[in-house]
Order: sequence, then C-alpha cells, then structure tokens
Amino acid sequence: MEKIKCECGHLNPYGTILCESCGKPIQDETNDEKLLNMRYEGTARRSQTYNTNFIDKTWNFFSSVKVGVWLIVITLIASAIGTIFPQKMYIPKTVTNVAAYYEDEYGVLGEIYYLLGFHELYSSWWFVLLLGLIGVSITVASIDRGIPLYRSLKNQRVSKHDNFLKRQRMFGTSKRPEDEEQFMDEVVFRLKEKRYHVRRENGNILAEKGRFSRWGPYVNHVGLIIFLLGTMLRIVPGMYIDEDIWVREGETVAIKGTDHQYYLKHEKFVVETYDPEEERYAEAIKRVGGSVIKNYQSDVTLYKAGEKLPGAKPDLTKVKEYPIQVNRPLQFDGFSVYQVDYRQEMSEMSFQLQNKETEKPVGEFTVDLQNPKDKYDLGNGNKVILKDYYPDFYFNKEQGEPATKTPNPNNPAFIFNMITPETPEGEIAFIGIRQNLEASGDNQYKIAFNGVETDFITGLTVNRDYTLPIIFIGGIIFMIGVVQGLYWNHRRIWLKLKDDEVWVAAHTNKNWHGIKRELSDVTSKLQLNQIIDQHDQERKR
Amino acid sequence: MAEISSSLLYAAFIIYFIATAVFAVALTDKKADKGESMSKWGRWGYILSIVGFLSQLGYFITRWIASGHAPVSNLFEFTTFFGMMMVLGFIVIYAIYRLNVLGVFAMPIALLIIAYASMFPREIEPLIPALQSNWLKIHVTTAALGEGILAISFVAGLIYLIATIDQSKGSKKTGWLEFVLYTLLSTLGFILVSISFGLMDYQTTFEWVNENDTKAELVYEMPAIAGPHEGKMLTEGNFGPIFEAPAWMEGVDAPKKLNTFIWSLLSGLILYGLLRLFLRQRLGASLKPMLKNINTELVDEISYRAVAIGFPVFTLGALVFAMIWAQEAWTRFWGWDPKEVWALITFLFYAAYLHLRLTRDWHGERSAWLCVLGFVIIMFNLIAVNLVIAGLHSYA
Repeated sequence: MEKIKCECGHLNPYGTILCESCGKPIQDETNDEKLLNMRYEGTARRSQTYNTNFIDKTWNFFSSVKVGVWLIVITLIASAIGTIFPQKMYIPKTVTNVAAYYEDEYGVLGEIYYLLGFHELYSSWWFVLLLGLIGVSITVASIDRGIPLYRSLKNQRVSKHDNFLKRQRMFGTSKRPEDEEQFMDEVVFRLKEKRYHVRRENGNILAEKGRFSRWGPYVNHVGLIIFLLGTMLRIVPGMYIDEDIWVREGETVAIKGTDHQYYLKHEKFVVETYDPEEERYAEAIKRVGGSVIKNYQSDVTLYKAGEKLPGAKPDLTKVKEYPIQVNRPLQFDGFSVYQVDYRQEMSEMSFQLQNKETEKPVGEFTVDLQNPKDKYDLGNGNKVILKDYYPDFYFNKEQGEPATKTPNPNNPAFIFNMITPETPEGEIAFIGIRQNLEASGDNQYKIAFNGVETDFITGLTVNRDYTLPIIFIGGIIFMIGVVQGLYWNHRRIWLKLKDDEVWVAAHTNKNWHGIKRELSDVTSKLQLNQIIDQHDQERKR
Repeated sequence: MAEISSSLLYAAFIIYFIATAVFAVALTDKKADKGESMSKWGRWGYILSIVGFLSQLGYFITRWIASGHAPVSNLFEFTTFFGMMMVLGFIVIYAIYRLNVLGVFAMPIALLIIAYASMFPREIEPLIPALQSNWLKIHVTTAALGEGILAISFVAGLIYLIATIDQSKGSKKTGWLEFVLYTLLSTLGFILVSISFGLMDYQTTFEWVNENDTKAELVYEMPAIAGPHEGKMLTEGNFGPIFEAPAWMEGVDAPKKLNTFIWSLLSGLILYGLLRLFLRQRLGASLKPMLKNINTELVDEISYRAVAIGFPVFTLGALVFAMIWAQEAWTRFWGWDPKEVWALITFLFYAAYLHLRLTRDWHGERSAWLCVLGFVIIMFNLIAVNLVIAGLHSYA
C-alpha cells in the first residue's frame, strides 16, 4: 500500500491517523469538534490497518488489549481454582491412591476436582498453554504498538498543525504579547524551570519531558518474556537438577546430580528448641504447647573426588565444613544443598539372653541395624545366631511369611537362634518390637529387649538451576519497565503564535492532575489565560 | 520495652481516631476539597495522621527491639503493619492531592484493620527456622507497603461509588455498595463481639477429633453456633451448638473459625439493621450528601494513581523478593503454594486493571468497582488464605 504524504511534506505509512510529523489528522479532517484520540500518537498500527488474510487476523487477535486482559482474567480464575483443595504435591507423600484421597477428604467436590485434573492444575497442558498465549499476546501487542510509537515520537515536529493543537484535551488561547522575543524567552525559561526539554522553531515551542516513560510497558514486556523463556528452559536436560538425599549421621554419600564428583559426609544433626524460660517468648511458647523449634542443622563436610579409576574407591579431598540450616544452604560449584527434612532412626538395639524361668541374664549383645553381624558370641559357650533380619517388618499374607517393606530400620524384627551349653541344638525365637514369638513354644531361653540407640538422618535437597540467572535478569528488566512506565509520565506542551493569539496545548499519557498544576503555574507566571480542560467542558455540556 | 510498644500502638490508635474526626469536620468546610489548598481542619487532620503514624512507628521499633526480630512474623504483627502501611500510603497520596475526604474514609478503614489485628494473639513469638532470614523484613514489609498503597485505591474507589451511584431508587449497584459497607460493618462487628465475650471470659469447651485425627479439646470464646464435627460439649449449661461444622473443613481449629465468622456476619447484620432503622435509608444514600462537593474526576485519578504507585511496590515485595527468599528457604522460587498463588492473582488482577485503564470506557465507575474488588482479593489473601486454606504460609 502506498504511503500518505501530508501537507507538511512528511511521508506517513499507510493507515496513519495523525501525521507523524505535524500531527494533522489525516482521516477525519472534517470532524472539528471532537478531541483527538492521542493513543499511540495516531500511528499506523498493523493490527488497525490490515484485516484480510489469516495471518492478519491472528496478528490482530493477539495484539488486542481486550484479548490480553481476557487471557489474564482466565489465568487468574484458573489459578484461584487451584487453591480450593491442596495440589497433589502438597498432599501427604504416603498417599498411594490419590483419587481416593481427594474423595475421602473432600467428598463429592474433591472427586470432581480430581476428575477434572485440578489437583495438578498448574502443570496441566491447558494452563501451560494459557501462559504461552499470554506470552504471544505480550509479544505481538508490543511489536504492533511499540515500533510505530517510536517512529512517531522520533519524527515529531516542533510546529504542529492548528487542528492538532485545537483538538488537544488541554488547550487555551491568549492575546499575543507585544515583545515576542522576550515573551518566547520567558516561556522557555519557565518551562526549563519545570525541567522540560524545550525545542524552539520560528514562533513555535515544543516542551517535552519523561518521554522515556513511554517505553516502560515495552521494557516490562521484554522482561516478562525473558522470564517466561527462562522458566521454559528448565525442561532442557541439564539445565535443572533437583534431587532428594537422605544421609545418616556418620555416613558419606555421593551427592546426586554431581556425577560422583562431590561427596558429602553428614557429621552431626542438631535440633534445638527455644528455652521455654526465656522471658520474652515464655508466654507464646506456653500457648503453643511448650516447645518451639529454634534450629535444624546438618553439620556436613564436603569432599571432592579425585581422578576416578573404575572399580576403585574414590580419592576424596576435603573442600569445606558447613552447617546447613534452613535458609542457609550449602553452596558450591553452582549447586545448593538445602536442609529440608529429618528423621530419627533406630541405629542399634541391645538385647539380653535370659533364662526363661529365672530371668537370669546369660549375656548381652548389640545389633547394629545397618550392618548386623551373623553371630554374637556371648562367652561361656553361649552364642546367638542371627538367622533372619527384617528392617521394616510386616507379615506378607500372600506368601505366608515375614517380609520387609523397606531397607530402613523403621520396624526391625529378627529371627535368632540361641545356643547355650544346655541347648546345643539351638532354640529359635522371633523378636520384633513388642513381639516375642517362639517356634516350638517350650524354649528354655529367651531374648529380652535391653535398649535402643537412635541416629538422626537428614533429608537434603540438591538443586542446581542454570535458568535462575535468566529468570532473575528477566525479573529485573520487568521491574525497571514497570517503574519506568508508572512512576514517570510523558508530558508535552506546545505553544504557537497564531495571528494575534498565543495558542497553548498540552498532552500527557497519564496523571492529568500533575500537568494541570504545572500548566496553571506556568500560565499564571507568564500572565496567560488559563489552559482549559476541554474534556471537562465536553462532559459538562 | 514490650509495654512501651503496646502503649505506643494504643496511642496511635487513638490519634488515628481523632484524625478521622478532624477530617470529617474538614469536609463540612465549604472552601476545602477543591484540591488546591489545604483548609485549616484538613491540615490538622493531616498532622494528626502523621503523628499517629510516628507513634505507630515507635510501636514497631520498640517491638522489634523487644522481640529481636522484625515484628511482621505472625498475623497480629503483619496485620497491624499492614494498617500502618495503609496510613503511610494515605500520607503519601494526601501530600499529592490534599483531598480531605480521603482521610475521612482511609483513616477509619486503617483503624478497623489495626483493631482487627489486635484480636489475634499478641504475645511476642520466637521465630521458627523457616522465618530466620533477612528476607523476612525485606519481603514482608515491602509486600505490606504495596498492599497498603493499593488499599488507598480502594478507599478512593469507594468514595467515587458513594458519590456517584444514583441513590434515588434501589438497583444492583446500590445493592453491591450496601454489601461493601456491610462487610466493613461485619469487621467492626467481629471486633465488638470479640471484645464483649472476652470481657465476660466466655468459654465453651468441646471434645472433638481434630485435623490430625487425634482427640483434642477445642475452646470457644464465643457461644457456639457452629460446633465441631461430631464434637461433644464439655462445658455444661452453655448455649449451642445449633449445627455442626462440615467434616471437610480443614485447617487448624476450623470449626471455631467458622463460628467466629458466623458471629461476625450476624453482628454486622445487626449493626447494619440498627443503622438502617436509625437512618431510614440506605447507608450509601446517607453518606452521599456528605460527598456532594467533591471532584469525582479527581477521585478517579487518585484511585488510579494509588494503583500506579502501589503495583510496582507490591510486585517487588510480594513476588520478586518472595521468589528470592523462596529459592533460599524452600529450594524453589515458585511452588504454587496458596499464598504464592494469591499473590500472583493480586498481581494479575491489578495488571488487568492497568491494561483496562488504557481505554476510556473503564475510567470512573467501572474502575472504582475494580479497586473495590482488588481490595477484596488482598483481604482474602490476608485472612482466608491464612486461616482457611492450609499452606506453607499459615503461620498464625
């Protein structure tokens, strides 16, 4: 399509409403009454100009603010629905039947919630699609408006068309002063006093400030897009590692995700509670039941593995010692290790071999629950043989025999063979927590429980996220853009000597109250008539 | 120190109260509220607001010293601080526009929030490990400041609606406006009922099975309208319960909170009824003549300006700082925890508002309704998400 040549000589792109240079209305010249629509400076926006083929229509759809707002509102409502019942990631980890959980806990509503997939709403395809559409909308809308706006603000002339000035919201006329030169100098002085950038061109003035604020929305949109791209990059392999590890006190493990490069030794776990006697907190501690946790801490040593030889034990060099606390992760080489959980676990169980009738002890022994021995020699020909060990005991009904759920000593049970000089053949006993069974029922000896030692086991999360810097930069750019666009505003004042009058017009993209105050101050100092808000007048009429 | 602290808060409360009255007098002054110069009364109202703010700031600092951490760690402290930030928001916006009517509405609403805060346990609490971070002071205070400024947009929106809605006959609009005023009265009702039963030392004890499936006792400080699910009343001769709370209500002490909520609504209804009886017309209609001289265009601009100033502060505090802290404490910057989601909803809501303001259709009344709705979302996030929806942020 051909360009439009304005009477001022400027070549405008097809679809322009107000000449980019002098502001003369190109399309509705006849309509003298109405105020000009100054949005995007009356530039030719692609979405307002073409609407024939599929691409145009798609472009126009996404460039619409209305569509953008709808996308935001739908996302907002969907997000809210996701908080009615807990998301799947927040229900207890022990739950195996998720569907039943929602039904049991929340009734019919919970069942519907689960069936519609709201329990994993934020990772559902349609929610992610929604975010993607917002991204597209932001991009298209910004390009559609930003580029023409830039053109127009760059090309604007100091002298504007009469029609443009008259039809600004703020407009006023005064008598032309006698000493023009002095008057114009004073105008420039007064406007500079208000920190306007003033341009002067034979009898015309354009004073402008805060133009950079016009780019705020585009800057923040760019920031948002970088942010969204950053979050999407997480699905690229290697960009994001998130692993849970459990480490017992005294244990050394390879840190998951580091490819056996780093090892961690858990030296000691600390749980501290506040002193209930501490005066300032006493009352509150009493109210919540006498105990408030002060600190969770895993004292660890970080090791780096040397040259790796296949089959050989890694050669570990100490890197550093560090107490990992909540809010204070251990950091190294792009990785962070967080304190997230802990458990107390039985580590050792002590027993006594007794004569069943007299309860007289024959000897004592201790079983290390992680590495139990096969045989415990109690001296004088007494010994106990560990025939079977079930760290996490349960009775498997299908197989009809004892079994273990996990390799963790949560509910240890043992089958011992007790051998004494009196019973050289041995007697079988089944020992579990609060269980003591005999195979034959006529044993002479028994094993009595004699105490337990516990160890802490700490739950750590290893995290490495290469997308964080991108997300962070996106966030900063976004914030800069938002502040730029909302804390400043673009104000322009035009002055023109026309026949025997002085015309003053003004426009701002926001905060009309501010520009009115500035104008009334300037006009009273220059002894000009008040500039009138033609919008107010129109409304009153 | 803790005593000085609570005296200062009390003083602030009274000063705010007087400031409200002074602004109300300023409103009757005919010369005022053209938005240009301050009237004598208006100036005094403003000075009092600042003095009250300083007194509350004194409360904040002394409590910080007494507790050893920023006093924004539980619902009492946070809500009090939110009220204080609302006053600060008012002080800033008043400095720009000098509109007395803003004080007449902003100060009592801030008062209501601070009084509401005082109904939560007020002792100084020790910090649990998750809260032991410098980000506590940075994230929470910035978020509250943002919300406080955004609350001013609600105040201006409410003024706009009262001033412009046609009260000559009842309509959907007058109905909703009455509803907004009624919710404010319910908050007042909650405070009055809490204080009254508190003075009477009223208590009813129930035995019930709590959210952790363990047998426990639940002590009601208000007569039980809604009792615990399958609960047994242990106190003899006390009122109620009329019905039982549904079993699916989760959260700590959910039935008790439901009961309190019902009491708030009922007392609000009584207050509203009494006022209607006394005024013999809608509350909106009674307030409207007070606002006949105001420049509604200016009020509309103030509500927009408050969003324009508050939105970036809120985003920084409630999303950016929150994400940085979450990354440090919870291993991820975003986890779709209910509080996080509601902060995002607030953000999206005001983002939508700012986009809608690009068109002239949405200036004025529609925009005022949006500001009211925005405040509802903020209060929902403050109250309901903490008390009803269980999540990582449910500290109180």
